[in-house]
Amino acid sequence: MSAAGTEAPETPEAPLSAPLEVGFDYTRSVGPVLGEFVNALRERRILGVRGSDGRVHVPPVEYDPGTARALTEFVAVADEGTVLSWSWNAEPLDGQPVTRPFAWALIRLDGADTALLHAVDAGSPSAMRTGMRVRARWADEPVGHIRDLVSFVPADASPEPEPAPPSPPVAERGEGEPVSTVITPITLRIQHSASPEESRYLRALAEGRLLGQRCPVCGKVYIPPRGACPVDGVPTEEEVDLPDTGIVTTFCIVNVPFLGQRIKPPYVAAYVLLDGADIAFLHLVLGCAAEEVRMGLRVRAVWRPREEWSTTLENITHFEPTGEPDAPYESFAHHL
Amino acid sequence: MAKQLTAVLGTGQTHHRAKRTDVSMPGLIREAVDRALEDAQVDWPDIDAVVLGKAPDMFEGVMMPELFLADALGATGKPLLRVHTAGSVGGSTALVAATLIQAGVHRRVLTVAYEKQSESNAMWALSILPPFQMPVGAGAGGYFAPHVRSYIRRSGAPTHVGAIVAAKDRRNGALNPYAHLRQPDITVESVQASQMLWDPIRYDETCPSSDGACAMVLGDEAAGDAVPGGAAWLHATAMRTEPTTFAGRDQVNPQAGRDAAAALWRDAGITDPMSEVDVAEIYVPFSWFEPMWLENLGFAPEGEGWKVTESGETALGGRLPVNPSGGVLSSNPIGASGMLRFSEAAKQVMGRAGDYQVDGARTALGHAYGGGSQFFAMWLVGADKP
Repeated sequence: MSAAGTEAPETPEAPLSAPLEVGFDYTRSVGPVLGEFVNALRERRILGVRGSDGRVHVPPVEYDPGTARALTEFVAVADEGTVLSWSWNAEPLDGQPVTRPFAWALIRLDGADTALLHAVDAGSPSAMRTGMRVRARWADEPVGHIRDLVSFVPADASPEPEPAPPSPPVAERGEGEPVSTVITPITLRIQHSASPEESRYLRALAEGRLLGQRCPVCGKVYIPPRGACPVDGVPTEEEVDLPDTGIVTTFCIVNVPFLGQRIKPPYVAAYVLLDGADIAFLHLVLGCAAEEVRMGLRVRAVWRPREEWSTTLENITHFEPTGEPDAPYESFAHHL
Repeated sequence: MAKQLTAVLGTGQTHHRAKRTDVSMPGLIREAVDRALEDAQVDWPDIDAVVLGKAPDMFEGVMMPELFLADALGATGKPLLRVHTAGSVGGSTALVAATLIQAGVHRRVLTVAYEKQSESNAMWALSILPPFQMPVGAGAGGYFAPHVRSYIRRSGAPTHVGAIVAAKDRRNGALNPYAHLRQPDITVESVQASQMLWDPIRYDETCPSSDGACAMVLGDEAAGDAVPGGAAWLHATAMRTEPTTFAGRDQVNPQAGRDAAAALWRDAGITDPMSEVDVAEIYVPFSWFEPMWLENLGFAPEGEGWKVTESGETALGGRLPVNPSGGVLSSNPIGASGMLRFSEAAKQVMGRAGDYQVDGARTALGHAYGGGSQFFAMWLVGADKP
């Protein structure tokens, strides 16, 4: 569900940066009020709900905006109405209701007292005006989702020649059962940048080196380097090359599979404390049975072939036992 | 200027389940809120402000849910604040609400926390890997399991202590009509026979994923005095924070937790917590955190929390019942889990804990932690005014 790939920096000093995409198909349970609304859409009907002050809210609200009381009196409204305000969207994005330029509009349907936000597919901004009359364009096969209302069009527009786009999928339900859950796909596209210090560490990794930084006050060596000591709050500048050997301080054996997992379980996720470092990082331990991994186990890095190296700790595929005697508990107890 | 006396007037919570697909997010919250208003015998016009908490927005994919929840929370025309401190948020939300009363700003404040985990997948949300990193993270269990191993090694605890906690909390949960998991027949042996998920943490030693919400109405002294049968009075509160990682950090017994507990006991005038506290609701999402937090909170010397658990002193009827409600191991709507601990502590001193009421409970601790054991929130409530 997430993907990472490094990009070549423009200059050697520029911080490294790479895209990160995070996405999930969220499942929204609609509850009794929005449930009435979406299931009516399936029958090409639009429902509002009457508020404590008599006003009809469309879409229905579950709780009165003034009194906070639960609202239950549903009112059918028309699928035609009046544009109260609008804004032209010249460059529609993926996933928006209309693929060509359209207007986002606040539409008060006949019989409603509040406005519904929806798309008006009018062709050009010159066809839009506040106060104009619009009517719903319905999906050919409504499923019980706000997108059964494909868009609104000017009331006097001629019937659409093209078929309406299909409504998005709703969650599985029993035959004849009402819609209780809708699926809402959400994706974030992020450009993730490493700090200057982390970038230097990552570039060192691309050369097969493990680069840390020492705090000038407490003398502790951090890998990855952070540019500042989290204890003393001072900048860290002195760089320290660290060996690719160390110990396992503590660990767990991951037996549980999960969505987005990139290593097949079971695997040993271990805190590895490199010789000369003062903080451990999480990595994999292989090369022995999982039940033979111990606190204090001496390990060394196993590197990928040199031609596969890039700016990532994944250049080290895992750590494996060196065969040396275990470190005594007292020597690493303060790292737990 | 001294703080104004502050009391819990009433509490409410949902029936917690893996999937509450019968309700929307606002509907889930209102189930808890409506129960809290009824328990406190107050109505919407009595509420001066609303303080909401929930864990990371990624769990439901709704950025700033307080915006769309304002009408369900009855916040129209009132201050609405949202608090965020990861898993401890239910506790810190209650404490932010309490400060509004302690400061004399408001008379009655509604505080609410929730999570609707079934709308996505928390394990996925907690394992998202930024570029350049090693993909070994495995959710909250994967994060905490190595530190549990460290505790076992450091304390020399026998390996069945975790199973004792799990069996106790799940049996307690069976007494709680709102609990997600209700397992009256679970045993130490059956816990030990369950699947190892993140060795050394087994399936039955792990909290469930729950949909649920919790709410409380807090009030000033006059409001507290009016509570039939008596309010739960705040005796002390504490919050502390530390970075997730730094060289030499004690991941088993974090300094921030020790400092928060020390401040709590000092402010409440408690010198011997084990003798002076009647019941504790402690945030235990994985069984071993009971002995770990018993030490962190000062109920037991370092390395000896497991002896308190093993001796049965934390069971109902023991010297310090811990999580008589069933705790996080029985219900885990993440954002609400901390507030559930705080509200269950209040219910105990109000005598409203039903089948898991600790006889004669006069003083109770509510505790929450979050992030990588870096946020701590706690309160001590009593049947008597401080």
